[in-house]
Amino acid sequence: RHAAATPHSLAGALEQGKPQTPLPDGSSRTGLKRLESQTQPLGKYDLQGIGELAVNPLGDRIINAFFKEGEDLTDFRSFIRVLAHFRPVEEGKSNETGRPEPMNSRLRKLQFAFQLYDQDSDGKISRDEMLQVLRLMVGIQVTDEQLVCIAERTIQEADQDGDGAISFEEFSVEKLNVEQRMSLRLLK
Amino acid sequence: MSLEMRQVPLAEGLLVLPAARAQEKSSGDHTAGSGPYVFQIVSFKWDHVQEPYIIALWILVASLAKIVFHLSHKVTRVVPESALLIVLGLFLGGIVWAADHIASFTLTPNVFFFYLLPPIVLDAGYFMPNKLFFGNLGTILLYAVIGTVWNAATTGMSLYGVYLSGIMGQLDIGLLDFLLFGSLIAAVDPVAVLAVFEEVHVNEVLFIIVFGESLLNDAVTVVLYNVFDSFVAMGADNVTGVDCVKGIVSFFVVSLGGTFVGIVFAFLLSLVTRFTKHVRIIEPGFVFVISYLSYLTAEMLSLSAILAITFCGVCCQKYVKANICDQSSTTVRYTMKMLASGSETIIFMFLGISAVNPDIWTWNTAFILLTLVFISVYRVIGVVIQTWVLNHYRVVQLEIIDQVVMSYGGLRGAVAFALVALLDEKKVKEKNLFVSTTIIVVFFTVIFQGLTIKPLVQWLKVKKSEHREPKLNEKLHGRAFDHILSAVEDISGQIGHNYLRDKWSNFDRKILSKVLMRRSAQKSRDQILNIFHELNLKDAISYVAEGERRGSLAFIRSSSTDNMVNVDFSTPRPSTVEASVSCLLREKASSVCLDMQALEQRRKSIRDTEDTVTHHTLQQYLYKPRQEHIHLYSRHEIIQNEDEKQDKEIFHRTMRKRLESFKSTKLGINQPKKLNKSHKRDRGQKRRNSNAIPNGKIPSENPVPDFTLKEKGIDNPAFSADDDQSIYMKFPPWLTDEDSVVPSQRARVQLPYSPNNFRRLTPFRLSNKSVDSFLLADGPEERPRAFLPETTHM
Repeated sequence: RHAAATPHSLAGALEQGKPQTPLPDGSSRTGLKRLESQTQPLGKYDLQGIGELAVNPLGDRIINAFFKEGEDLTDFRSFIRVLAHFRPVEEGKSNETGRPEPMNSRLRKLQFAFQLYDQDSDGKISRDEMLQVLRLMVGIQVTDEQLVCIAERTIQEADQDGDGAISFEEFSVEKLNVEQRMSLRLLK
Repeated sequence: MSLEMRQVPLAEGLLVLPAARAQEKSSGDHTAGSGPYVFQIVSFKWDHVQEPYIIALWILVASLAKIVFHLSHKVTRVVPESALLIVLGLFLGGIVWAADHIASFTLTPNVFFFYLLPPIVLDAGYFMPNKLFFGNLGTILLYAVIGTVWNAATTGMSLYGVYLSGIMGQLDIGLLDFLLFGSLIAAVDPVAVLAVFEEVHVNEVLFIIVFGESLLNDAVTVVLYNVFDSFVAMGADNVTGVDCVKGIVSFFVVSLGGTFVGIVFAFLLSLVTRFTKHVRIIEPGFVFVISYLSYLTAEMLSLSAILAITFCGVCCQKYVKANICDQSSTTVRYTMKMLASGSETIIFMFLGISAVNPDIWTWNTAFILLTLVFISVYRVIGVVIQTWVLNHYRVVQLEIIDQVVMSYGGLRGAVAFALVALLDEKKVKEKNLFVSTTIIVVFFTVIFQGLTIKPLVQWLKVKKSEHREPKLNEKLHGRAFDHILSAVEDISGQIGHNYLRDKWSNFDRKILSKVLMRRSAQKSRDQILNIFHELNLKDAISYVAEGERRGSLAFIRSSSTDNMVNVDFSTPRPSTVEASVSCLLREKASSVCLDMQALEQRRKSIRDTEDTVTHHTLQQYLYKPRQEHIHLYSRHEIIQNEDEKQDKEIFHRTMRKRLESFKSTKLGINQPKKLNKSHKRDRGQKRRNSNAIPNGKIPSENPVPDFTLKEKGIDNPAFSADDDQSIYMKFPPWLTDEDSVVPSQRARVQLPYSPNNFRRLTPFRLSNKSVDSFLLADGPEERPRAFLPETTHM
């Protein structure tokens, strides 16, 4: 049973009872290399054990984004593929149509964000999904009626073809400065 | 005579008394015991209280000044407080001078080094973000040591070279004097730097580098200063090569020795606080006294006192915070902030006052101007070269904007002034010139550079961002991106490793903590971090075990396409994104401009009132991402409490959802409805203080004082009401698919909603002693399996 898979987290920090320092410190290239050499899979429990994620409104969704549907383990390659979305975009690179879309292009980043909203993966953000996201991101002082209002306005603002949902094109039209906001300096 | 005195009415008596007393005193001096001593009802004893009274008055004046400054928010946003205080000091100095024509109040080096500087440095050390600090230690050391030596040498030599060319006129100076001056003017000042950087929010790496540099360069400054001071005393001709070698050796001795003293005292302090359980009231006292002793001891041994007290604070943080009780911890924090903030205020004010002292003023245009030019130019050159070298070794590169901030933010402050005031006039003939120049340099950097650094940074960062009012969508998605980014940062941070840090962690856990931390604190620290694991893992284990015990449980996983990892869109879309991407300035560091946008937006009129309301609601209630709400260090504020509420809410929600998702995954989804209503009440009551848990950096800090499990009454009706309604919406849709799990009939009926289970999840009971709450948690946590039989008898 995967549930009984011991938390042999490759962030063995959790075992030792003390989370490790974050990578952006300029001195742990070796960390990533070591990660690569590990053959043990990474479990969802390990990620859920990270304290900071528990106080991040979108924490759980992001954790789930690293794992395939319904599974609780992932290996290094898949993990890095997801992480690759967050590489800063290199300037000056022209978009050659011949090559496959790189993982960290603006499009990919937008797609990653979009799928966080679009839980049922139908290619659209419906009113309910928007409502769910809003509920996650807003304090409890906001009542549900207000939230419904906000959700509707948000969808109205973005919806161009009038189907009451936000499709990916409508989403990517927004001037969202995604290249900067979804880039980890570390991964350059 | 005494009878007559008594008959005089009191008011007159008061006026007469000083004179009478003066007379009496003088007469008493001449003829000891000659006349009867007169009894006075009240007397004016100014001499008696003069010293402490004046000190208290100055402190009061400084504090009142702070109040006045902060009355006008507009002013303090533009002008840094340090500049305002200096101006105030100049003003007051002018008054004193006009009244008395002597400069009776100056910042004496003794007062500065013994009383004013230690609190500031201790505050810096105690609140230092350790992980960041040690993570960047190499960089910091490079800038602190090599950078300072470079600055000192180049400035001194250039000035000497210019002197030789004759522009400065006739001065009684030699090369060594110039080098001495260079060494004391080169060092970036911890007091001034922080005063300015607090206003300017920069990214954490940059902050820690500049901050760390300003603290650690003291070792170099002390050594250089002492070396050149003794060289000057010996006379330029008597300096031999051996002396130079001795100088270099002394650098290592002074710095390492100072650090060692600090660490020893940190150890002592942690050890002492381990045993203060029964003397809670004086716990805070230990922290201050022992740290101060480390400073004085290092000073006594002519080692670097600043390094000593810094490392004392840095090393003892974790253990002291774990050992002392909450109230003591709060007391320590507040007192430290108060002392540090007060000291800083007094320092700047006295800098201003001390400047008004015409006796010392010597003006030499060339010297002053050139000093200013040289220190700026050489700092820039030094920073650029060092950064270029460092970038080869660092994963996170230092960009141009970082270098600009570093060069421009190298302020000089009171330390330089105190050092120059310490010079011996007989040995350094041109002391007055040095003092005047130092004052001007300090004023220039603090006032001018302090004033302009914020606009400069803003201009650099905001160059690329747009200024139009953001739409709802943009705000929402923008905020979502911030959250996503911080989540991914945290994930990648947790996954990375560092050999040294692992080793240190192990050492700390196995040996140090056992010696230095109270037993109860040790236990609780382990517990906190295990919670996450156990909440999820043990739950899952128990539920699955439970289910399997009851009968067949068929798990049918949903076979939806795996589009979680590799985004797979059914219809390929042509890329409509423009090719050129500009990302010169990372958004992460741009909390400066957020205020601007929000303000702008409020000012512009929005026609649609509903829009206004919506925007306003979002603005106010959207959760803030971590980058925005974590300030690393602030001398004037205790930062923690503001976002506790947000953390609590989110944490609560997250935990609830995870629990539900587990249950639904394993045992079916029909239960949640029934479950929700019944366990919502329980859940609603449990408030968790997420302060302790997400603060993975220092897990033992504040061991969860607020866990409560109230009895069946509803604690927070607003909250539970909210739960009932929104729980259906919140239920993760990918788990509500009908075909995801098929539970057995029996399992469905007897789904263990058991109070026991939930109590196990939050076994923390309200208790006065925060640490004891974890002792109570011991029982249930240890044997999860033993619970299962209990849960069956539903």
